[in-house]
Amino acid sequence: MYVAVKGGERAIENAHALLASVRRGDPSVPELGLDQISEQLALAVDRVMSEGSLYDRELAALAIKQARGDLIEAIFLVRAYRTTLPRFGASVPMDTAAMDIRRRISATFKDLPGGQVLGPTFDYTHRLLDHGLAGPSPSPLVGEGWCSDGAIAPPSPIPTQEARPLPSPQGGGQKEAFPRVTDLLANDDLIEPSPISEIPAADLTREPMSFPAGRDLRLQNLARGDEGFLLALGYSTQRGYGRAHPFAGEIRFGEVEIEMFAEDAGFAVPLGRVAVTECQSINQFKGSATQPPRFTRGYGLAFGQSERKAMAMALVDRALRAKELGEDIKAPAQDEEFVLSHSDNVQATGFVEHLKLPHYVDFQSELGLVRRLREAFAAPPMPSPSGGGRTKGDMAEAAE
Amino acid sequence: MNAPAYNFAYLDEQTKRMIRRAILKAIAIPGYQVPFASREMPMPYGWGTGGVQVTAAILGPDDILKVIDQGSDDTTNAVSIRKFFVKTAGVRTTTSTADATVIQTRHRIPEMALRERQTLVFQVPIPEPLRFLEPRETETRRMHALEEYGLMHVKLYEDISRHGEIATSYAYPVRVDGRYVMDPSPTPKFDNPKMNHCPALQLFGAGREKRIYAIPPYTKVKSLDFEDHPFEPYRFNGTCALCGATDSYLDEVITDDRGSRMFVCSDTDHCETRRSSPSRSSGRAGVGSVPRDGRACDPHPIPTSLHQRPHSTLPEDREG
Repeated sequence: MYVAVKGGERAIENAHALLASVRRGDPSVPELGLDQISEQLALAVDRVMSEGSLYDRELAALAIKQARGDLIEAIFLVRAYRTTLPRFGASVPMDTAAMDIRRRISATFKDLPGGQVLGPTFDYTHRLLDHGLAGPSPSPLVGEGWCSDGAIAPPSPIPTQEARPLPSPQGGGQKEAFPRVTDLLANDDLIEPSPISEIPAADLTREPMSFPAGRDLRLQNLARGDEGFLLALGYSTQRGYGRAHPFAGEIRFGEVEIEMFAEDAGFAVPLGRVAVTECQSINQFKGSATQPPRFTRGYGLAFGQSERKAMAMALVDRALRAKELGEDIKAPAQDEEFVLSHSDNVQATGFVEHLKLPHYVDFQSELGLVRRLREAFAAPPMPSPSGGGRTKGDMAEAAE
Repeated sequence: MNAPAYNFAYLDEQTKRMIRRAILKAIAIPGYQVPFASREMPMPYGWGTGGVQVTAAILGPDDILKVIDQGSDDTTNAVSIRKFFVKTAGVRTTTSTADATVIQTRHRIPEMALRERQTLVFQVPIPEPLRFLEPRETETRRMHALEEYGLMHVKLYEDISRHGEIATSYAYPVRVDGRYVMDPSPTPKFDNPKMNHCPALQLFGAGREKRIYAIPPYTKVKSLDFEDHPFEPYRFNGTCALCGATDSYLDEVITDDRGSRMFVCSDTDHCETRRSSPSRSSGRAGVGSVPRDGRACDPHPIPTSLHQRPHSTLPEDREG
C-alpha cells in the first residue's frame, strides 16, 4: 500500500550528516587547515574571493573547505555571507598605477618604463607532472623578478614577497616606475582616455540591473561573473564571433592600497591592501565620424592572481562596447543582455540544479496533455494546416 | 546559520524595507513585474529565493507559516524552507491551510479556498510570461508597457491550429485586472481559476530574475483564451485513492514496473483533512470547487465595494 511521501525532514538531516562525514573523508588522513588552503591553494582562494566579491582569504578558504573543493559552491557560500554585511560606503577609486608590482607584463612593447616583471607564473613552464611534489617538497628557491634587460632580481627571503622590482633605470622612485602602458599611449592620444566619472558607481547587489546597463554595471557584473563563461566568450571573440583585434596591452598583479574618504577627518584614510590582477587590452578602432582613429580599451580586474579571468573579462568588456563604438552587434559576446544575464555562476548553478527539485505537478499536467494529444493522434486525422504539424517541438518550454 | 546572529527572518531591516516597497508597488499595479534588488540567500537561486525574500519581508512574530511544494508540506524543499524560518524567525508553522496566515508555495495553490488576511507567496522561476516568445528583457518590458500582447495570442492560436487546443498545461498565462499579462508561476492551469477574485493577497517573488509582482485581494484574473476556445482547467478524471476526492488535483504514483499506478491528492493537507473528517468526505470539504467552465470559482460572493479597479483612471475597460 502506498504511503504518502513522508519523512522529508529526516531524510534531509541524514543526508547532511552523511555530507559532513564524506567532507571529512578518511579520518586517518590529517584534516586540511584553512592556512594550508590559503597558502597552497591560493589561486582557488583568489577565484572564490573574486567571484564571491568579498576580499577575505580566510573566509574564502573556509568556504572551499566546507564546499569540498567545489569552487562554485564556495563562491555561493561567500556571496550568501557577504550579502548580510552592512555597507559603510565606497572606497575612493584605487590607483593601480601605484601598485606594488609582483608581476607586470606587456605584450605590446618590448621594453617600457619599469620593465617586464615575470613574477610567479605558470607561463613557460612545461606542463609535466612533477612527481617530486607527490611527497613533501623541499623549500623551493624563491624570489626572482625578470627585467627587460635580463637581469634577475635578487632572491628575497620570503616567498610571498618576491619579485620586488629593481628601481627603474631612470632612477625614479619605485612607485612611479610602473606607469600603465595605456597611460603612456594616452599621452599621445593614441588610445582613448580613461573615462572619468564623478557619478558614484552603480552596485548591482543593491539595485537590480536594467538594460542597457552602464559600463560600471557591466564591469561589476563581469568581475563577479564565472571565469569559465567569460573565458569561452572571450575566446569566441578571438575566433571571429565579434572580433575586436585585441592586444594584451598590460597585465599587472600586485598589491594596491584601498582608501576611504573620511568625512569627519576631511581626508582619505587607508583601509588596507588588496592583491589584484588588472588587464588592459588594447583594441583596434578605425575611427568614426566623431572619433579620430585610435586604440580603444577593454578592462579586466580581479582579486588575487587571476590572470585568465582578468584577460577574459577585458576581452568581453571590449566586445560589449560595440554599441557605444558604433560597431555591428552580431556575436554573443557583444550582446549585453545575453552576457550579463548569464554570467553569474551562482544564479546559473541554482537554476540549472533546481531541476532536481520535484516537478510532479507540472509533469503531471504535461503527462495529461501528451496523453490527450496522443488520443487525438490515434483518432481519425484532423485537418492539419501543414505537414509536420503535430510535432511537440514548440510546446517544449524550459522546465521550471 | 550558527555563527553570527542574524536578524529576525534573516534579512536585515534595510533589505526588508526595500522589498516591502517593491511589494507595495506591485500591489498598486496588479500583475506588473517590479524590479527589486534581490539578495543572495543561503539557499540556491531557483530554489525559492524570491518567495523566501518576500516571506521574510512580510513575516511578523505572530504569523503562522505554511510552506508547500507541489502541494505537499513534506517535500524536501518545503521542509528546508520551513526550517529556515523556524530557525531565523522562530515563527509558528502549520500544515493546515486554514490556520496559516502566510503560505509560501511552489507550483500549487491549496485546494481549500483562501480567505481574507491570508497571504499566498509564490516562488517564481521565470516571471516573464513572454520570455519564451521573446528572450530579451528590453523587448518584453516594452511589450508590457504598450500592452502589446498579440504575440501571445498568436502563440495560443497556433497551438489550437496545430493541436486542436492550447498546449500549455502549466504556467498558463493570465491577464490581471484587464491590464498586465502575467505568469502565474508554474502552477498547473487547474489552479488558475483560484486566483480570480481571491480574497487572499497573492504575492509572487522571483529571486534570480529580481522581480516581484502581486495580485491584490478580489482582483479579476482571467486565463487567456478565445471566445470559441474557452479556457479549460484540466484535471485528470480520477479519484484520490486515499480520500476519495473527485475534484482535487491529483499526483500520479507509479506503484510497480508493470504499469500499475494510483492517483492521490497533490494537496496533502487537503487530503488529510478529508480523511480525518469522514462526514465531509464527499465533494466540497472546504474546497473551492472548480467549475468546468473555468470562470470565477471563488465560493464567496464578490463584495462590489472591494472590487473597484485600482486602475479606474485608465481610459477604457480592456478586453478580457
